[in-house]
Amino acid sequence: MEEVDVDPAVTPIPGINVARGRLGFVWGPGDILVYESFSPAGKAAPLGGPFCQDVYAVRKDEDIYSPVLRKLFNESHHIFVGLQKITFDLPSKTKKTQFVSISKNYRSVIRACMEEVQNSCQYNCVSPQVSILLAVELIWNLCEVLFIDAAQAGSLLLHLLDWVRLHKADVDEKAREVLQYESPANHEAFWDVPGSTQTLTEFDVKWRRWHEECNRCLQDGSFASNQHLLTICKILVCDVDTLLEHKELLSTWYHFLVTRLLYSHPTVKPIDLHYYAQASMDMFMDTHSAPEPLDSILMAAFEFDLHQVIKDCSIALNNWWFVAHITDLLDHCKLLQSHNLHFGSNLREFLLLEYASGLFTHHSLWQLAVDYFDHCPEFGRVYLELQIERVPLDTERKALKVLRICEQRQMTEQVRSICKIMAVRALRNNRLGSGLSWTIRAKDAAFATLISERFLQDYCSKGSFSDLDLIDNLGPSMLLSDRLTFLGKYREFHRLYGENRFSEAAKLLLSLMTAKIAPQNFWMTLLTDALPLLEQKEVIFSTEQTHELMNCLEELISVKAVENQDHLMQDEDVETTKLELLRLALARNLAMAIVKEGTVEN
Amino acid sequence: MDSINAKYVSQKISKVRWRPVSSAALQQPEVFATGSWDNEDNKVSVWSVGECGGAGEDAFEGDPQLLCELRHAGDVLDLQFLDQDRIVTASSTGAVTIFRHHHNNQTLSVAQRWDKAHRYPCDNAPCTGVACSSPELVSVGEDGRVVLFRVDQSGILRTIDNADSSTIHAVTFLRTTEVLTVNSIGQLKLWDFRQQGNDPAQILSLTGDRVPLHCVDRHPNQQHIVATGGQDGMLCIWDVRQGSMPFSLMEAHSAEMWEVHFHPSNPDHLFTCSEDGSLLHWETSTGSDAPSFLQGGRNSTIVSRSSAAPAGGNQSLISAWLSGDSTKGRLETTHMLPSQTLSVNSLDVLGQCLVCGTDGEAIYVNSRVPI
Repeated sequence: MEEVDVDPAVTPIPGINVARGRLGFVWGPGDILVYESFSPAGKAAPLGGPFCQDVYAVRKDEDIYSPVLRKLFNESHHIFVGLQKITFDLPSKTKKTQFVSISKNYRSVIRACMEEVQNSCQYNCVSPQVSILLAVELIWNLCEVLFIDAAQAGSLLLHLLDWVRLHKADVDEKAREVLQYESPANHEAFWDVPGSTQTLTEFDVKWRRWHEECNRCLQDGSFASNQHLLTICKILVCDVDTLLEHKELLSTWYHFLVTRLLYSHPTVKPIDLHYYAQASMDMFMDTHSAPEPLDSILMAAFEFDLHQVIKDCSIALNNWWFVAHITDLLDHCKLLQSHNLHFGSNLREFLLLEYASGLFTHHSLWQLAVDYFDHCPEFGRVYLELQIERVPLDTERKALKVLRICEQRQMTEQVRSICKIMAVRALRNNRLGSGLSWTIRAKDAAFATLISERFLQDYCSKGSFSDLDLIDNLGPSMLLSDRLTFLGKYREFHRLYGENRFSEAAKLLLSLMTAKIAPQNFWMTLLTDALPLLEQKEVIFSTEQTHELMNCLEELISVKAVENQDHLMQDEDVETTKLELLRLALARNLAMAIVKEGTVEN
Repeated sequence: MDSINAKYVSQKISKVRWRPVSSAALQQPEVFATGSWDNEDNKVSVWSVGECGGAGEDAFEGDPQLLCELRHAGDVLDLQFLDQDRIVTASSTGAVTIFRHHHNNQTLSVAQRWDKAHRYPCDNAPCTGVACSSPELVSVGEDGRVVLFRVDQSGILRTIDNADSSTIHAVTFLRTTEVLTVNSIGQLKLWDFRQQGNDPAQILSLTGDRVPLHCVDRHPNQQHIVATGGQDGMLCIWDVRQGSMPFSLMEAHSAEMWEVHFHPSNPDHLFTCSEDGSLLHWETSTGSDAPSFLQGGRNSTIVSRSSAAPAGGNQSLISAWLSGDSTKGRLETTHMLPSQTLSVNSLDVLGQCLVCGTDGEAIYVNSRVPI
């Protein structure tokens, strides 16, 4: 699409004086943000009052915010997903019937929606939404007849008749009578459905005989006495002038077309349709009135130019709903040749992506869009990845749903990012347990370390653990990060100590240091925790364990010495006292242990 | 099951509940309430179904008709009927609200509200669940608080701060003074309001992965039996009296299970719904004709997945659920919805009527559930 076929619509922005200022803008996913801006050359403030302080969001598609149309979106989503699941190893005859029934489903959804809009509309006026829906259903129905059902000569006209009849809902009774009268009972005998009891040629022959009969009656003047009968007879032989006299009853050129075909070429073939269509339109419409978008779309359909139909609809409607769904259905019927767009993907995918991106900007309908992206094989995933991170997460439940969507599609980056957002939020509100459960879900080791640090800091400052119900029950998730493992084990040490299981507690404490699970800055605390164990009457630490403890202490001191060369030592006294106490306790314990181990039991 | 139709309502339904019918009249429920979520304007709505499961009625089931609705600030995260006229909701703004349904002119109005029942120091915290045992209400939230209210008293009766270090997802009354909560680290906690202090009376959990639990329901007749559903779609049956482990685990769904309900009058039937778009009807039987509540411990072979032996030593009645083992074929499950939909967020069942709401903005009503 190199050139624009129609002039773009102009939307005035209230409050912005376009004459004097400039308009700054930035694209959003479904809208544009617009603001009044300065001219960059730093000139003096132009006249015309203060600049507009507001930022406007200009949105093309208001339909997605209509509550009635939401039903359309939801129901058609259900049909769409069902359509994608149809297996492709069915014989083509069954497939065609299925596609036709799906098409009818879509149309019934549109009609239901239309009725509801009409019902909710007061004063019996026709709201613009209703006329658009009417037009949409009209086009869809025609596409179903011509393309999906692919009616052939003979049944084609019957389908077109149905089509026209269905859309004359607003016709007055008189016209309806005339229409029905146009297929009077005495012609029923000649009007057997071709193909069911007779072939097309047989029917054609019969019809021609009947037509000649009518013509003869007309020439004979057998109806000359009665004006009405004469008119009807003229209509039956398809006298164009008579038909045009009753223009107001026919009301649209396509109705005129079908009437003409009914009385002059009932066995019309699909390929000949556009000749009659063009002729009918020319005859029916005034030459000085330009064709409306609907007319050109229908004409394109009669010409079997699918791409033109889709293109015109895309321009005429402000919502991608219709073109996306009908193109998808036509694509399933294998009616669209691969049409290379400049941007790489095929037409069906392009339209679905546009539609779904529009849905994603809606605060609620974004969930529908996910399924649409799923069925766009080339770019759907990328679009989804970009959009899903922008869904606002107000509650945990919503975050869980978004996460489930990402996890089902193995979008690990997005999972991690969402879990991190929730974990940070939890931490900010001091909900350490929540933070940890999000971290575990994301399998985020770095964050788990962060949370454990918070817990340990809490412990150091308060002297006791908070959220014991969490730490006591970490289970295998403890292994997510070293720090977390340490936290769990450290708490276990406290528990063992509390239960007076000293030797197990001692072993655990030692292993925490020797296995290097404990961070170095915590060793002092651990060694201090060892003090009460060392000073028990009973010897708890064996010689070997005491030696190891001494090693740890020395290591800690040397490390600290290196660190403290650079800055002043604070709390020097406390530190040295602690160290001395420890050394003393360790030495005493060593002595007692050696004695105990050296003693021979009687 | 064939006559289950969708009614599209232009709002994502987060909760549905039948209005309770008086036990004297044996009629089927006709009125239900829904709460929406994820809308800029969320609503609490009351609907009527009219002819519901009338005897011999083969005709088309009535569409739910909207009776009245009212704006609700924040997502409706839980909704319960307090009695025939009043509905309690839990909001994502942290408020607990009581709505009154006026039958004469079919309107809803706010009768009472506790704003900020759940909060963080500088933010709102969503209230995730409410449970009623008239005249008392309990609510739980993402802030890990358990709050006790009394209807018609504007103040809060009691708060258990920091009841949980993680989010509490659901709450249910076990007895009039005891509630059970489930949280996002896979624990059930029993709280006894007669006790002072902020510690739970009991903690039960599944060892192994800490899978968050989302819903809990108590067996209608036997208060120690509880069913929970979790993030991995597993259905667990617990016996609260003994052990700290679930009695049996069943793989139910492929995604989060949002609600689990025992049928209130026929508890051999259980219903679950899930994020994966399915609604399952579980039916257990003990394999004999006698109703399960008359079965003693000896008749039904007790095979369960946990090592804890049931309390069968004494002649206490054992519910079929505690002896349920799906591999033995004594547990039947049926899908209640005709095809896969978006997440089924909520369901309620009363008598022979089932109603559920989905993220596809549809409500399904089935008034001939085979119970």
